[in-house]
Amino acid sequence: MKRSALKPFTLFSKLALWALILLISLPILSLGFSWHRIDSGLWQHLSDNLLLELLGNTFQLLLGVAIGTGVLGISLAWLVTRCEFPGRRWFEWLLFLPFAVPAYVLAFVFLGVFDYAGPVQSFFRDTLNMQGGLDIREGVWGVAFIMSLVFYPYVYLLTRSAFLAQPPNYTEAARSLGDSPFRAFWRVSLPLARPAVIAGLSLALMEVLADFGTVAIFNYDTFTTAIYSSWVDYRSLETAAQLSTLLLIIAATLIALEHYQRGKRAFHSGLPRQQTRYRLQGVKAIATWGYLSGVLLLAFGLPLIQLSLWAYQSFSGWDPRLSEWIGNSLILAVFSALLTVLIALILNAVIHNHPLSRLQTFGIRFTTLGYALPGSVLAVGVMLFLFEVDGLLDGGLWFSSGLFALVIAYMVRFMAVAFGPVESSFKTIKPSISEAARNLGASPLELFKRIYWPLLTPGLLTALFLVTLDILKELPATYLLRPFGWDTLAVRTFELSTEGLYEAAALPALVLMGIGLAGLVIIEVLRARAEKRRPISH
Amino acid sequence: MKKRSLKHAFATTLFSIASLAMLGTSQLAYADDELVVYSSRKEHLIKPLFDQFTKETGIPVTLQTGKANALIERLKAEGERTQADIFMTVDAGNLWYAAQQGLFQPMNVDRIQAKIPAHLRDPDNLWTGLSVRARTIVYHSERVQPSELSSYEALANNAWHGKLCLRTSKKVYNKSLVAAMIDHDGATKTEQVLTGWVSNLAAKPQAKDSQVLKAIEAGQCDVGIVNTYYYGRMQDKNPQTKIKLFWANQNSYGTHINVSGAGILKHAQHREAAQKLLNWLTSDTAQKQFGGANKEYPANPKIPLDPQVASWGSFKADDLNLAIVGKRQAEAVKLMQKANYK
Repeated sequence: MKRSALKPFTLFSKLALWALILLISLPILSLGFSWHRIDSGLWQHLSDNLLLELLGNTFQLLLGVAIGTGVLGISLAWLVTRCEFPGRRWFEWLLFLPFAVPAYVLAFVFLGVFDYAGPVQSFFRDTLNMQGGLDIREGVWGVAFIMSLVFYPYVYLLTRSAFLAQPPNYTEAARSLGDSPFRAFWRVSLPLARPAVIAGLSLALMEVLADFGTVAIFNYDTFTTAIYSSWVDYRSLETAAQLSTLLLIIAATLIALEHYQRGKRAFHSGLPRQQTRYRLQGVKAIATWGYLSGVLLLAFGLPLIQLSLWAYQSFSGWDPRLSEWIGNSLILAVFSALLTVLIALILNAVIHNHPLSRLQTFGIRFTTLGYALPGSVLAVGVMLFLFEVDGLLDGGLWFSSGLFALVIAYMVRFMAVAFGPVESSFKTIKPSISEAARNLGASPLELFKRIYWPLLTPGLLTALFLVTLDILKELPATYLLRPFGWDTLAVRTFELSTEGLYEAAALPALVLMGIGLAGLVIIEVLRARAEKRRPISH
Repeated sequence: MKKRSLKHAFATTLFSIASLAMLGTSQLAYADDELVVYSSRKEHLIKPLFDQFTKETGIPVTLQTGKANALIERLKAEGERTQADIFMTVDAGNLWYAAQQGLFQPMNVDRIQAKIPAHLRDPDNLWTGLSVRARTIVYHSERVQPSELSSYEALANNAWHGKLCLRTSKKVYNKSLVAAMIDHDGATKTEQVLTGWVSNLAAKPQAKDSQVLKAIEAGQCDVGIVNTYYYGRMQDKNPQTKIKLFWANQNSYGTHINVSGAGILKHAQHREAAQKLLNWLTSDTAQKQFGGANKEYPANPKIPLDPQVASWGSFKADDLNLAIVGKRQAEAVKLMQKANYK
């Protein structure tokens, strides 16, 4: 990016920028203060008995999910953008759907269906008289598989946009020089899409780091297990916070790696053009079909069917408050998502348009770390922080009760999710475009309306969709911080499922998935409209 | 460049956050004349009771559910500014910890002590048990004879190798069971028992009691330890189940029990109404329902049992004071983690 294009900051903008950064990062930073008191006995016990194994487990899981989401996300994105087959357009957006399934819901559905006592294995034992059985909770495979199914949409989404934005003449050149489609993908498309792939992967992996619900259902101990044990078993919130800061360091390393590998290279794409797609026929088309439907069936179809069955079996009339829960869920999710995306937009616009000091860049990056924190720890962090603020004010419950705390918690937790898509859509804007427009005499407002807004819309919509769904599914922060009477679908699903009443939890979980589906349709319609209004037609 | 729009965006954001803060504070007025209960008991289990209390007394009750540990942190942070009047939770450990953190004030036990036995209450009257849950052995009646069973400790014997299913040690009910065991048997013996359990496991510990029952039913294992109400739910779904309950440790200290309970918060703004609610919850009408709704045992031993619960037979319960169980939980977790009980 040419430095001459960048405007220096006004004082107002500088202060406002730091206000935003502090708002998002202070609850995370406050974890750092936990280090003033160290319970060495507890640390000794943890490191003697737990930590090594838990770290090993965590890295195995990270590796498994990285491979799983990577393979699924990239291959699916490539198939729907570079190949042509019947139903492609449908698959293209259906493949987002698994994102609407909360990971812990998929986990309890899989356990219900495939575990030793489940219908599948019972069938093999009782009807086919096969001996023995398989504990799908053993080892890392089951958990990694389930998380890959739920988290691959991050990689799919970002990689698909990257593939779509790639000028087709690159691959065409490779093809005309005699490369096979696979070779062209491997040597041209994939390296160009690398930032998107890694951005998707780092979101998925941060989600893995923060997860507690899914691993608890499989009783697979990870680093979060130690955090919860310190808190719940040993009543040491300090040690839990100290362990959480270590988790942040792992996350920060992931992010730093992403930046390092991207280096100073620019990945501005040219203007997107119509892609020429490989037409798949015969066996290839059928195999592709089988693969895509298989993924959809496992990640969305299976939970849909199982939950519907459970909901049907346990149905005893609609809870009259269902509409209230839907309303609460939607208000919270949409409102907070809008705010989060707005802040992500501002931060990215600042990065894009101003020369930043190292400290400022670091501050902005820091705001995305909250995604790697276990939800409950983050929620308690936000709560304690806001109580401090209230204490400084006048001892009332100004900020710490009510919706404010909850919305802050959502923003802190999901800033990374909003940041990624917005950042990558800024990256597609070549500085030369805006320069040219300005040289032609466009006013700032016009520039924004005619260049930035249309080019940013797809990324903003994506961010909005992801954050809204994430908030809809979010549990620990909602559970702790929600004001009186603000029960949500996720809270109901959780409350019913913890008592082992998976059947009763099915209905709210289904509604949650339905809202996700509806959201997807809305976003797709909006996106299609935005595509039509692109500034430069192709 | 687009500085102006940026400024607008900043302004919009700050404005939104400010309006949010006002929205947040406006919530404060909402609960003024209501009794506020923080509860880690799930809403669908206790709301019917509160509704009835409201009907009888005219006192509205607002229920805020959450996880026990998170609610305790919230109460600690809210301090005297809290709007909550009562904290209700399951497990003696949680009640003990809340008491130890100074969250409760002593209640008036004039009416309560006649109803609830002393070992189910805090020695300083900071909380009282409201229902009793028994944690005992279950077995598959086609593969195991009841004569083979005796105590929790005996499940560590070699004879059960590859036949035992347990719920995860992370669950508070197991923490309390082991805490009680430490008090009765001593730490050394308890550690041996835990190691024995772990080596007898047929499968990695389950996340839930209901899964332990399913695993026994499916033949993955033969014996397990669960809370009786999970067994009751299974019986509801499958009255023909081959799984049976066995009352553990009848020849020694008795079957381990735990409570769900509640106390009045130190900074309660509706002290009298809170006392009324606790009196009402320990009254005969409420006790009958409290146990029945979830197939638990009423904390008042004189209350007749739900017929299904009664069909499991009577048993000798461990009368160790539950405050001790709470106190020893951290020790129990340490032993379980050392024994590699996941």
